[in-house]
Amino acid sequence: MENGQREQGGSEYAVEMLHITKRFPGIIANDDITLQLRKGEIHALLGENGAGKSTLMSVLFGLYQPEEGEIRINGKKVHINDPNDANDLGIGMVHQHFKLVECFTVLDNIILGVEPVSKLGFLKKAEARQRLIELSRKYGLSVDPDARISDITVGMQQRTEILKMLYRENDILIFDEPTAVLTPQEIEELMQIMKNLAAEGKSILFISHKLAEIMAVADRCSVLRKGKYIGTVNTKDTTVDELSAMMVGRNVNFHVEKEPRTPGKVILKVEGMTVASRMHKNNAVKNVSFEVREGEIVCIAGIDGNGQTEFVYGLSGLEPLVSGKITLGGKDVSKTAIRERSILGMSHIPEDRHKHGLVLDYTLEDNIVLQRYFEPDYTKAGFLRRKNIRSYAEKLIEQYDIRSGQGPATIARSMSGGNQQKAIVAREIDKDPSLLIAVQPTRGLDVGAIEYIHKQLVAHRDAGKAVLLVSLEMDEVLDVSDRILVMYEGEIVAELDPKTTTPEEMGLYMAGAKRKEM
Amino acid sequence: MEKKISFLKKPAVQTLIASLLCILLGLLVGFIVLLIINPSGAWNAMSTIMRNFWSFSSARGQIKNFGNTLAKTAPLLMCSLSVLFAYKVGLFNIGAAGQYVAGVGVGLYFAIGLQMPWWVSLIAGTLAGALLGALSGILKAYRNVNEVISCIMLNWISLYLVNTLLAPYMDITMSETWSLKKFYPSAVLPSLGLESLLNNHQYVTLAIPLAILVAVAVWVLLSKTRLGYELKATGLNKNAAKYCGMRDRFNIVLTMAIAGALAGMGAGMFYLTDMIKWPSTVTAVPAMGFNGIAAAFLGGLHPIGAVFSSFFIQHITDGGSFMEKTYPSEIAGLISSVIIYMCAFVLFFRQIMNRPKRHEKVKGGNIK
Repeated sequence: MENGQREQGGSEYAVEMLHITKRFPGIIANDDITLQLRKGEIHALLGENGAGKSTLMSVLFGLYQPEEGEIRINGKKVHINDPNDANDLGIGMVHQHFKLVECFTVLDNIILGVEPVSKLGFLKKAEARQRLIELSRKYGLSVDPDARISDITVGMQQRTEILKMLYRENDILIFDEPTAVLTPQEIEELMQIMKNLAAEGKSILFISHKLAEIMAVADRCSVLRKGKYIGTVNTKDTTVDELSAMMVGRNVNFHVEKEPRTPGKVILKVEGMTVASRMHKNNAVKNVSFEVREGEIVCIAGIDGNGQTEFVYGLSGLEPLVSGKITLGGKDVSKTAIRERSILGMSHIPEDRHKHGLVLDYTLEDNIVLQRYFEPDYTKAGFLRRKNIRSYAEKLIEQYDIRSGQGPATIARSMSGGNQQKAIVAREIDKDPSLLIAVQPTRGLDVGAIEYIHKQLVAHRDAGKAVLLVSLEMDEVLDVSDRILVMYEGEIVAELDPKTTTPEEMGLYMAGAKRKEM
Repeated sequence: MEKKISFLKKPAVQTLIASLLCILLGLLVGFIVLLIINPSGAWNAMSTIMRNFWSFSSARGQIKNFGNTLAKTAPLLMCSLSVLFAYKVGLFNIGAAGQYVAGVGVGLYFAIGLQMPWWVSLIAGTLAGALLGALSGILKAYRNVNEVISCIMLNWISLYLVNTLLAPYMDITMSETWSLKKFYPSAVLPSLGLESLLNNHQYVTLAIPLAILVAVAVWVLLSKTRLGYELKATGLNKNAAKYCGMRDRFNIVLTMAIAGALAGMGAGMFYLTDMIKWPSTVTAVPAMGFNGIAAAFLGGLHPIGAVFSSFFIQHITDGGSFMEKTYPSEIAGLISSVIIYMCAFVLFFRQIMNRPKRHEKVKGGNIK
């Protein structure tokens, strides 16, 4: 917006998306959806993956043109052809994955694209800096303008993103799942920030599938399901249960049902494990020791980037140990190859399903046998036994309800994230491992798929096997695990009992504010 | 929700269309070049290139030149198999040229220097190519040296090593290696009676059916075997390959070794027919390995496709040499190079055919 002034129409609404319909070949992504964002309100947009939230936002940003319906900004009908139009209309967005230049400072990131320059083309940073400081005071967004993005916390990175929108004088702020990467304390801060912004007259659209947060911060909530508009409710007149039923179309059991169980003998014993970091010279995992027993789910909780990734790499054999000892079922596997560990009963649902979990350009069936293609059932005299592979894949597809376009012959890349993950879960659990390592197994999945995967983990535990869950999701940690180990900066700083601990207590350990002598 | 894939979106059909488009475009550009140089003879020259051996009036001449083209197709096919095999595993083997040279050098050294029979020489040449390929593979796997860089350097290293290795075995009067037929007949590939099919063509040998057999073997290896499954997985996603316990580094070395072996074997299949000899001073890496790249892409990176594309490329290359003398002699080479160059555009055309529409491109993507 060049002149910094926008027409303030008399309308009650900042954004109105009326009867939006967007079709893709074979699917109606948005089917007659209406979303009305009042000025100065926090409006939540709730829906499972694939419900049409992203498409709707892409329509708002001009990336897609809807077949039907119209968009009004401040009561005035507009045509948004590309994101620049949206920006000119004062619409800004904080993405789930931040769009920041890691090696730039906070200030540089904020002015990027709208750099104030003198007539000779020199940057006028002092001026920008002054504005930034004023903005951060006004809205209570504390940032260090000269800190590099790579050196600051995720929370501060997010505040940088918010300041980016404010610097551009956006009045309509969209937050796309903003709490996924934050600690409970940071989430609370963000909630306060959002309330401050709304109080200052900004209109906020809050995309989320975390019901508790919606209840805590939003004024109203619109729900989408399978591309259709289900309804809009005032949060003070509704309950979490009602919202979730609206979202999934049935009642979802959030609490994971599980019977108490007495753990059996030790399956995994880790002593003094230290793993080097690829990012810096220090060790990412420092002197970690713990045990996992038969029939228990042990969870490694922590904020992203506290050594969990390297910890799993060390455990699974993807990275060598600097020191320490791993014993699996009584056998020292510290230096054993990945394949051997797998044969000895270790399964690994990897953190990144695209990087490690799947060969995306292979078919579903080829991915399903990825951990056992070398077994005599699937290979004979060096040749793959295609018939057996096909029937095994069909069995797992049936048993684990993996949905895909062309069954076993579907290219994995074309499958939805949830079904890709199901395929990996099926593959790893069907090996019947004595130790199942599940790293963020529900990341990016919708409620139905999460419920399903949690059930699988519990079933595996109930079958008397050991499960090691690595998760960033507080609810998942508290619901699923039998024992919680909190990891902070590569060390285990606390062992907690999920029955007695609270999210707040866990958050303090996760943020490094507190530690137990282990 | 999944729709039936329309005929035009089938990968095999698209590859075929793209290959034919490339050929057409190559011929068109070649034709334009001819028109610019000398408009009056252009049509004639072009048809000579296309017809190759058919441009001879006598049946005898036709058969002779058809045989020549076939004999030269075998090494080209092997080089293109070398390139496509590595490509399927995610590696770009521009070193096929150098591995081919290594195969020539060691093959001829065994034949002339050590006076070994043909099959020992052929295996020795194959192993030499494999060794050179493995070297690039080792550098890639353990030192993360880009295989393109190491291959290009090794191309030159092997060229000069081979010049040195073969220096003692030169027929001074001819300035090239001794004729195998005359002095070392046991080193010449057997013809298995194939020569009688083509009017006792002396260069039509075992090499031709063997190259086709190898193409089938490469196809089987890539699509039917456990090793192919592992190698392709490593090429498509080496992190996933490592995650599931495949030996990702070893697989890279093995791939390059196999690719090198194919190129080295191709060299033996050509030089051990005695149709061609190694000149005493070679200062440029032979084009065979590089043409293999074009043949691999033109064949849609499929081993069976490579059989046809190799023959086509050899066909027009030979055809070019029969062009009338109204053009400077370099023009023949230029025209076939233009066509070959265009042949490498198969992937480009396929990309165009599959270019996503705007909404597909940004689906679920970044909102800036």
